[in-house]
Amino acid sequence: MSVLLEVDHLKTILHTGDSPVRAVDGLSLKIRKGETFALLGESGCGKSMTALSIMRLLPDSGEIQSGTIKLNGTDILQLPEASMRQIRGKLISMIFQEPMLNLNPVMTIAEQINEVLRHHFKLDKKTAQNRILELLNQVGIPDASQRMHEYSFQFSGGMKQRAMIAMALAGNPELLVADEPTTALDVTIQAQVLDLMRQIQQQQQMAILLITHDLGVVSEMAHQVAVMYAGEIVEQTSRENFFSQPAHPYSRQLFASLPEKQKRDQALAVISGTVPSLARKFTGCRFADRCNHATAYCHEHVPQWHTIAANHKVRCHLYDTAAEWVEKKPLSEITTGNTTTAKPHRIDKPLLQVTDLKVHFPIRKGFFKRIVGQVMAVDGVSLKISEGKTLALVGESGCGKTTVGKSILQLIEPTAGSVRYNDHELVDMQRQQLRQMRAQFQFVFQDPYSSLNPRMRIIDIIQEGMDALNIQIPASDIQATPLPSYSHVKAVDALLECVGLPKETKWRYPHEFSGGQRQRIAIARALAVNPRLLICDEPTSALDVSVQAQILNLLKSLQSDLGLAYLFITHNIAVVEYLADEIAVMYLGRIVEHGHIDEVIANPRHPYTQALLSAVPHITKESRPDMIKLKGDLPSPASPPAGCHFHPRCPHAMPVCRQSYPQASAISPTHITHCYLYSQEHCSTHHEH
Amino acid sequence: MSFKPVILWTDALIFLLVVIVLAFIWYVRDDEHLTAPWRRVGHSASGMSALTVLLVFITIGLLDTLHFRPALEHKNLQGEAVYSVEVLSVLDVLVTPLRTHVEKTYSAPLATHLYAKETIEMPDGSKIRAFSRLEFGGAHLQNPETEHLPDIGWRAALGFALGLFVWCILHVALCFIMAHRSGRRVARCFQSVWQRSTEIPWYAILITLAVISVFIGILSMLSTHYHVLGTDKVGQDVLYLSLKSIRIALIIGTLTTLIMLPFALLLGITAGYFRGWIDDVIQYIYTTLSSIPSVLLIAATVLMMQVYIETHPELFETIAARADLRLLFLCVILGITSWTSLCRLLRGETLKLREMEYIQAAHAFGVSHWRIISRHILPNVMYIVLIATVMDFSGLVLAEAVLSYVGVGVDPSMISFGTMINAARMEMAREPMVWWSLLAAFGFMLTLVLSANLFADAVQKALDPRVRTFTQNNDDPGADDNSNFTITTAHAAAKSAVPSLTSAPDIKPTRQP
Repeated sequence: MSVLLEVDHLKTILHTGDSPVRAVDGLSLKIRKGETFALLGESGCGKSMTALSIMRLLPDSGEIQSGTIKLNGTDILQLPEASMRQIRGKLISMIFQEPMLNLNPVMTIAEQINEVLRHHFKLDKKTAQNRILELLNQVGIPDASQRMHEYSFQFSGGMKQRAMIAMALAGNPELLVADEPTTALDVTIQAQVLDLMRQIQQQQQMAILLITHDLGVVSEMAHQVAVMYAGEIVEQTSRENFFSQPAHPYSRQLFASLPEKQKRDQALAVISGTVPSLARKFTGCRFADRCNHATAYCHEHVPQWHTIAANHKVRCHLYDTAAEWVEKKPLSEITTGNTTTAKPHRIDKPLLQVTDLKVHFPIRKGFFKRIVGQVMAVDGVSLKISEGKTLALVGESGCGKTTVGKSILQLIEPTAGSVRYNDHELVDMQRQQLRQMRAQFQFVFQDPYSSLNPRMRIIDIIQEGMDALNIQIPASDIQATPLPSYSHVKAVDALLECVGLPKETKWRYPHEFSGGQRQRIAIARALAVNPRLLICDEPTSALDVSVQAQILNLLKSLQSDLGLAYLFITHNIAVVEYLADEIAVMYLGRIVEHGHIDEVIANPRHPYTQALLSAVPHITKESRPDMIKLKGDLPSPASPPAGCHFHPRCPHAMPVCRQSYPQASAISPTHITHCYLYSQEHCSTHHEH
Repeated sequence: MSFKPVILWTDALIFLLVVIVLAFIWYVRDDEHLTAPWRRVGHSASGMSALTVLLVFITIGLLDTLHFRPALEHKNLQGEAVYSVEVLSVLDVLVTPLRTHVEKTYSAPLATHLYAKETIEMPDGSKIRAFSRLEFGGAHLQNPETEHLPDIGWRAALGFALGLFVWCILHVALCFIMAHRSGRRVARCFQSVWQRSTEIPWYAILITLAVISVFIGILSMLSTHYHVLGTDKVGQDVLYLSLKSIRIALIIGTLTTLIMLPFALLLGITAGYFRGWIDDVIQYIYTTLSSIPSVLLIAATVLMMQVYIETHPELFETIAARADLRLLFLCVILGITSWTSLCRLLRGETLKLREMEYIQAAHAFGVSHWRIISRHILPNVMYIVLIATVMDFSGLVLAEAVLSYVGVGVDPSMISFGTMINAARMEMAREPMVWWSLLAAFGFMLTLVLSANLFADAVQKALDPRVRTFTQNNDDPGADDNSNFTITTAHAAAKSAVPSLTSAPDIKPTRQP
């Protein structure tokens, strides 16, 4: 196949701050027609800048310093802006990460697509409308003739991304640049969008430059894979080679740091440190600081490309066959850290018991704020967590899992139900009484950037909880140090050490830390009051894979050392498999399946769990088994469908599903699901309703 | 000359404000995190020039705030000193010639004769109508027709040279201080100033200072023998009136803000934080208040105040005290009517902040509401308060002018830009027109408000985290050290992740049984 896009020694710099940031530093790649080329890397390594350079849509502070970008043989960097405008949308088009931010809310979808058509083709109004309809049908928007005249806010997230794709396809591009096209979407929607992109590619023989940080998405989509690190490509090969024999230490360490079920009883491999700042000058290999095979030579000499197999090249001194001086180490093993021992004592006394928890938010309208409806965010959830165990609460965004976490802590007042912690009822407890209980359970938030006050020092952040709850420092400490504040300082030191940060960091402000370090601080803050239950709300979803491994290791070691119980709220199945003892799957405010982790993952019973598990992109060397595709999106919790909430999307829907919500069916003593596919008589409560 | 210090109400509040500002500077100085944004203010050339001009105005205002009553020549029966009923300020003493050189009526800037013809009785008894000579303006000239212009030119040149000389001394002093601080040679510092390579844009400050000192030099040379900006209807020097007005403008601009801040902060934050019925009540209060025409409200209260003052003359020792109380109440009323917009801004920001995860984390720790407001919310809305107050300052100075024009502003005996403009209303209708009074008020107000706005712009840019206007020096070692440190700690953090497993039991003693 002929080469469509050829990028050669592209150098893009950003003029921000005091020294220029070399966002893309000598990048070369070739994309052939009809091929999906995946550019893989952690955040801050220059992936998006590469895409914007190819589109010539760099921000004002950006500048392409040197290099060529040849599209069908013409160097587009030499073209004037006017001819570039003919190329954008026609030859290359782009899909962005956030579909919500990239559609104009005051224009209908049809008008926005028509903008592209009007610019590139001279169509009369009738043909333009037909073409828009055709495009929307092609990307699978149901009832397209009606919906094309709707505004973007009337579309759901997945629909918006489909509309974006339709817009990108409007000019019949030869190259589609997709910058993290599914990162903002849920797994089931992600599966739909990826599937759509694959189909369209086959139909139109279009090339795709796929930019992502997700190894799973790469494995699903890519033909060619390039791993990007600190502004340059460090490894480039075919998908098969990459997943069977990753060569660069960075790629290998990325694989090792992925949480998986098989790694349950061991710590994940950790890539030490963070992605280096691109503003600094590099003398040797850029990965040398974090590489566990690095030698002194790596720090001093820039590695060149070494071809290790046909169509597989890598930029690493380890593969330099000509060089004798490189100390050859066996590459086979990657240190996985010390393995944690199996948990010592298993007590099955429930620490937290949630029964029939309901959180309804009233919808108010009009001048007098009359209540016109209820958003049933949480609608009868029951959970049980034993001491030292981890319960994972899994579900798509908008299903109410975060609300469950917050209402357990009484940060949101539950509408009904009971939350019992160690036989103390928390619902309707007085503020003063509740305050005394607060030390027992703490929360770790999703976004480490907004969960720390930017204007407080770390020591103040960690001490706040201790001060508010009057946490006593044991007598031995106080004898040694008469000042109570001083013993607090010691406690802060101990906590920082416990989460793996140096003591000196307590005098600094949150903005001086990276995302992973901030999440450690947030965990230290929660631990400061000696909790026994930690509710973690997607603690790793804002972090890169290598940093995620650090946090997961930390959580696991804290559990084995301190006997903490976790309620782990997440949408990431791989993390659940790695960490959880039990799993509860939530759909639209209710738990649809609950059981021991092995039972549910190995043998999912509810159709939604089955679909959810099959939609997770897996890293497999061979092509995957068939996926269960779900139709449509999550319905609004303000007006859930009658009967089983899942029936409009369920492939096995029966007439009975539309009438009433199914009762629990026990598959085994620990495994429960709510579905009519399974005999309902196992459940004794069935006839009471 | 003995004297008795007088502290008027507004003086006391101004001193309080100065103390607060000094305390704030002292507090911020020690904290690296708090000084960083203020350093960024120092990087803006326009902001620093504006600050220089503002400081000149503030100095004049503060000099005018130090009030006293001079002792009279005679003593009373008990032999105690008797003090004049006239309250003077340090500024009045400094510009005594301006204050005491009062003509009969209007005279044009730098004129030697009156602006209007009057009947003069000649020594021989005959009466002619002519422009009579001024009592003070150009009185030293024997033959005004020929000597007038050369005299002005000569004095202006002398003033120019004097101003330049003072500026040179300042410049050299600055270079010496810089050399002393950085340990470099003086010539090197001189170079770096004019190559614009200093961290603070000294070249901009120096250029502004040059203009100001030349102006002051010329004005001071001329004003001893002329009325540089002319005289008003009762023959007062317009330059003197303008200088006196600066204090009133500054008081209205700052005290009003000081009065409105507690309302805006307290109500805005509580409305946003507690929501529910508290929010409803506060919202209704400010919506109602902002829908009443504020001029009406101000007029009503000022008139009520005036009636009170008139019926209780025994409360006030001097006319100045009376006028001052009225000014203070004007500030209070302006403050009460103008807190609504800031309150609305703060409510919105607090609504956003209270959903932030760090506030929720504080709730999870059972931190009290008051502590959450004071430690989490207040520091995070301070930047809005700062920007809004500086922006409001210029609006309030202009509001005073408008209110005095309407007749509900400051006491008529008090000199302010508003009363000057109000008087100019009549003068504009004269033929020939008297334009200098209005022009002087216009020029001074423009300079003051413009420099306040430019400074506010610089502050806003520096304190807004989204706008990054850093220009860091390459020879500033602090920045580099910092970034390296971050990298090393990141490194250390990851490295110590594994040892932390073994060190974790160390903290076990801190756990409660």
